[in-house]
Amino acid sequence: MSVAAPSDGKWVGQSLPRVEDAALLTGRGRYIDDLPVAPGTLHAAILRSPHGHATIEAIDVARALALPGVAAVITGDDVKRYGSSMVVGVKAPLDCWPIAIDKVRYFGEPVAVVVAESRYIAEDALDRIDVRYVPLPAVIDPVAALEEDAPVLHERLGRNLVSERAFRYGDPEAAFAAAPHRIAIDVRYPRNACTPIETYGVIAEYDPGLDGYDVTANFQGPFSIHAVMARALKVPGNRLRLRTPPDSGGSFGVKQGIFPYVVLVAIAARVAGRPVKWIEDRLEHLMGSVTATNRAVTLAAAVEADGRITALDWDQVEDTGAHLRAPEPATLYRMHGNMTGAYAIRNVAIRNRVVLTNKMPTGLNRGFGGPQVYFALERLVHRIATTLKLDPLDVIRRNLIPAEAFPYRTATGALYDSGNYQEAIAAAVQDGGLADLIARRDAARAEGRIYGIGYTAAVEPSVSNMGYITAVLTPEERTKAGPKNGAQASATISLDAVGSVSVHVSSTPQGQGHRTVLAQVVADAFGLTPADVRVVTEVDTSRDAWSIASGNYSSRFAPAVAGAARIAAERLRAKLAAIAAKQLDADLEDIRFDKGRVHAGDPERSLAFGRIASTSHWAPGELPQGIEHAIRETAFWTPPELTAPDAQDNVNSSLCHGFIFDFCGVEIDRETAAVRIDKYVTMHDCGRILHPGMVAGQVTGGFAHAVGAALLEETAYAPDGSLESGTLADYLIPTVMETPEPLILHYESPSPFTPLGAKGVGEGNCMSTPACIANAVADALGIEDVTLPIRSSVLAEHLHGPEPEPLRPPRVAPPAPATKAGERVLTGEGEAVVVAPRQQVWNMLLDPDVLMSIIPGAHGVEKVSETKFTADVTLGVGPVKSRYSADIELSDLDEPNGVTLTGGTQGALGFGKGSGRITLTETEKGGTRIGYTYQAAIGGKVASIGGRLLDGAARVVIGQFFEALARKAGGGSGRLHVPGFVKRLLAMIGIAR
Amino acid sequence: MPRLSADRRHPVTLNLNGRTVRGEAEPRMSLTDFLRHEIGATGTHVGCEHGVCGACTVLIDGQTARACLALAVQVDGSDVKTVEGLEEEPGRLGVIQEAFREHHGLQCGFCTPGFLMTLDALFRERPDADEDLIRETLSGHLCRCTGYAPIVRAALAARDWLRDGETDHA
Repeated sequence: MSVAAPSDGKWVGQSLPRVEDAALLTGRGRYIDDLPVAPGTLHAAILRSPHGHATIEAIDVARALALPGVAAVITGDDVKRYGSSMVVGVKAPLDCWPIAIDKVRYFGEPVAVVVAESRYIAEDALDRIDVRYVPLPAVIDPVAALEEDAPVLHERLGRNLVSERAFRYGDPEAAFAAAPHRIAIDVRYPRNACTPIETYGVIAEYDPGLDGYDVTANFQGPFSIHAVMARALKVPGNRLRLRTPPDSGGSFGVKQGIFPYVVLVAIAARVAGRPVKWIEDRLEHLMGSVTATNRAVTLAAAVEADGRITALDWDQVEDTGAHLRAPEPATLYRMHGNMTGAYAIRNVAIRNRVVLTNKMPTGLNRGFGGPQVYFALERLVHRIATTLKLDPLDVIRRNLIPAEAFPYRTATGALYDSGNYQEAIAAAVQDGGLADLIARRDAARAEGRIYGIGYTAAVEPSVSNMGYITAVLTPEERTKAGPKNGAQASATISLDAVGSVSVHVSSTPQGQGHRTVLAQVVADAFGLTPADVRVVTEVDTSRDAWSIASGNYSSRFAPAVAGAARIAAERLRAKLAAIAAKQLDADLEDIRFDKGRVHAGDPERSLAFGRIASTSHWAPGELPQGIEHAIRETAFWTPPELTAPDAQDNVNSSLCHGFIFDFCGVEIDRETAAVRIDKYVTMHDCGRILHPGMVAGQVTGGFAHAVGAALLEETAYAPDGSLESGTLADYLIPTVMETPEPLILHYESPSPFTPLGAKGVGEGNCMSTPACIANAVADALGIEDVTLPIRSSVLAEHLHGPEPEPLRPPRVAPPAPATKAGERVLTGEGEAVVVAPRQQVWNMLLDPDVLMSIIPGAHGVEKVSETKFTADVTLGVGPVKSRYSADIELSDLDEPNGVTLTGGTQGALGFGKGSGRITLTETEKGGTRIGYTYQAAIGGKVASIGGRLLDGAARVVIGQFFEALARKAGGGSGRLHVPGFVKRLLAMIGIAR
Repeated sequence: MPRLSADRRHPVTLNLNGRTVRGEAEPRMSLTDFLRHEIGATGTHVGCEHGVCGACTVLIDGQTARACLALAVQVDGSDVKTVEGLEEEPGRLGVIQEAFREHHGLQCGFCTPGFLMTLDALFRERPDADEDLIRETLSGHLCRCTGYAPIVRAALAARDWLRDGETDHA
């Protein structure tokens, strides 16, 4: 595609076609699973815990090792031998291993790794590892995890609270005492994850001569984690060569969380003595990658009569899951400087607690801390407006930071670089058509429709201060540990022997188009076209210029990395100008770089750029005095504003602060309670825009994630720790049908702190949009509390009242087996009539051979004692089929009238237990009526991926049992309570015959 | 269909993007693994392996199919078209590809091959597809980067170019 020359002589600021696209559109991308591997590379598969919380009594890998093609099986013992616990970011007696050691603490936690000739064989072998678990009570809720009698995850810690800090800025107590209103809100931000379409991938090799590891992984940074990985592998940093592939299929923070698997696969390669490759599958990703934190927040405001907020009191309980994995609890502290959002509030109290629960550990995820904070803050602003009968937009406006106050130091320590929030809002109200939207709402309501409008104002931080996380430590602990601060960005520009230009940055993009933007930035500096500049963005820690801040996170590319490239280009250009001045015999200040040539004011008297740029290679003797070379220039840039947290806990957590103002109209269907986003307007001030097309892509992409978080997505756990969102049919991601296009508006106030004036833009809507949609839903229904994700089933209660009792209540079921509260319990009942007499049926029920022939999927039934049986059973539910071992015990024997069966099963795909009572009565014709009631509790993988199918599947399996019994007992008629459509459905998916 | 043995590799021959390719597959090998790791055609991507995300969509005898849910041995003897077959000639993007580039219809590019294949099939069958039909058809694909709006714009542009018979969009 040809590209017009820039009108103002600059490429930056134009929406050029991306240099990345031609390869990606033709199937020539090079993602991790596309890369060549060394001959002899083995493939890994990971056995994961089917329990949310259990001790491991024994792991028997012998049958797995015996499978041809299996090279090694790695368990916690191997990892302990070759590795050490990954460092934890707080002072607490807490380990963090990449694999279960002695116990499992979340559903999906790795328990063993098989390496084999192929992934298929490795997965076969997983079924042959026998693990004996003793399930423990689990705790899922972060507030419940704080209770005295809550199950404790980490015995050495002795409790689930890992960190608690209190902060006080200004005089919050006096402000609350003086204010006429105290208005508070309790909210829960749910767990969700940005689920990139490409999963994790690691290729690792161990070199015993070097005692070093060579790893390629689609890791996204921050490279501070490199230090964590090297330590966990017990090698110095220079013995862990970490490389990233040229392309990565999305990350949104999530591919930071690959690092425990880097450690695990590296150790597997060491044990196996061969290179090992592991590509995570989607089910693994949904159970064992990372999610955002869920958080319980109580937020109170001291409020004047006109809606002005004079103080905030935050109480945050952060749930980081089963381990405190680096860099957590960073999600909690990333926003520390921004706890007052876009508002001029000088008095703030904060209590932060971090707790562990039996859930997947957390990590980076788009928005990182912002969604949790703004959902509370902006829902509170809405609550203030409704409580005081004010217009929510007026409350927002009254509290904004004044335009003349920038750069503005927030109460908690952030230095907001630039902005004019009042003008940005005025422009959004005007250009976004707020007056029309309000008229639309009024018209809809006049027709009896349910329509609401929501607003949010948010400050979007970018370019994280690497020191903010140390706010989790007390000032004394920080002093002891030494200061941490800054955000080093690096860029290297090289000139080769024909003067062509290469750029390298350690930014590891996952689709953000970094190569295009850098080509624009550098082309501008040298008077070239972007096509003249070759950009490399993948990282090799053994060769490249990088720092702990390298990587792609906290929206740092445009403000920091592109700026570092500009600095490197300017330094090189200054040298090239001196070389040109000598060769052209001209004054240095007259030298111009333009259209591929270098001249001194007169384009007629010029030299080709390549001639000047290659001088250092071919004729170093001709270089002007003071210039050693102009071959390679590396620039490191860190902003001086990013200082360490101070003794008063003032935390300048980020460098740049964009502004977002959103409003939206939603309509709720009166019948179905479905939420439809009718109109969404989002105003962004992200400083100087380097590439409008890519900025729009970041906004619409972040918005789609936020629509998912608001309406659909939740990583959900049952109270026993079983995962309930284990497939993409259960963890719902918005499709094109659920994702409206927002109207995007811009207001540009360039950052004075960044080389190009740019600020980050990729995460803002994840922060603002869930709260904005929730505010609109609250406005539509006139309700106080809105829970995310906003499900129609919950809203329906507001419209139709609670679900009515069924007209024909079910018959009373027998007492429940001893299940933990909230385990997935299935109940059912039915009866069958057979021609055989009662005593014969009774005898059949106690005969192992008969049982084997009538239990669906039974391979072997053994009689252990008169009342105990064991069985091997293969059952399929939904897409998965697996073997289970079952123990069955008979009790309350009342020959030949009735018997109670109690049993438990355990298999690779989950576990279950249940009991049923069978009663036999004689019919008038001398046959037998078999009646049964049962209840069963099921957990583990099968519950997580087939949960919606289980009730029907259980009915069918039990129905099959009695149908078979009836056939065996001389025929008869089974009358089973299975509706015909359920049978057909189950037949389609292969459960029923 | 010939009898297959679970523990043996069977020869599989495909017409892949107009060229005959041969490989071997155990009966349980998925078409994605066969294309990617046996044939080396890595343009077809694996996103979920349970038929939801759509990234692996290919055309089997002209019909869209999830390659992650198909077995290699099932498509023995079939015509298979993948993203590698969409270029008009080497180095020259096809119309739908070009529209995606112009409208920023991709970011990380991982889901993109699936979208392209579905649109390729759609526009062959329904050159007049309107936006509603395009959206409904694309609802079988997940994209986490773009928010879909640029993809819909690219699809509409591609439809118009194809309908108007334009061949030079550069």
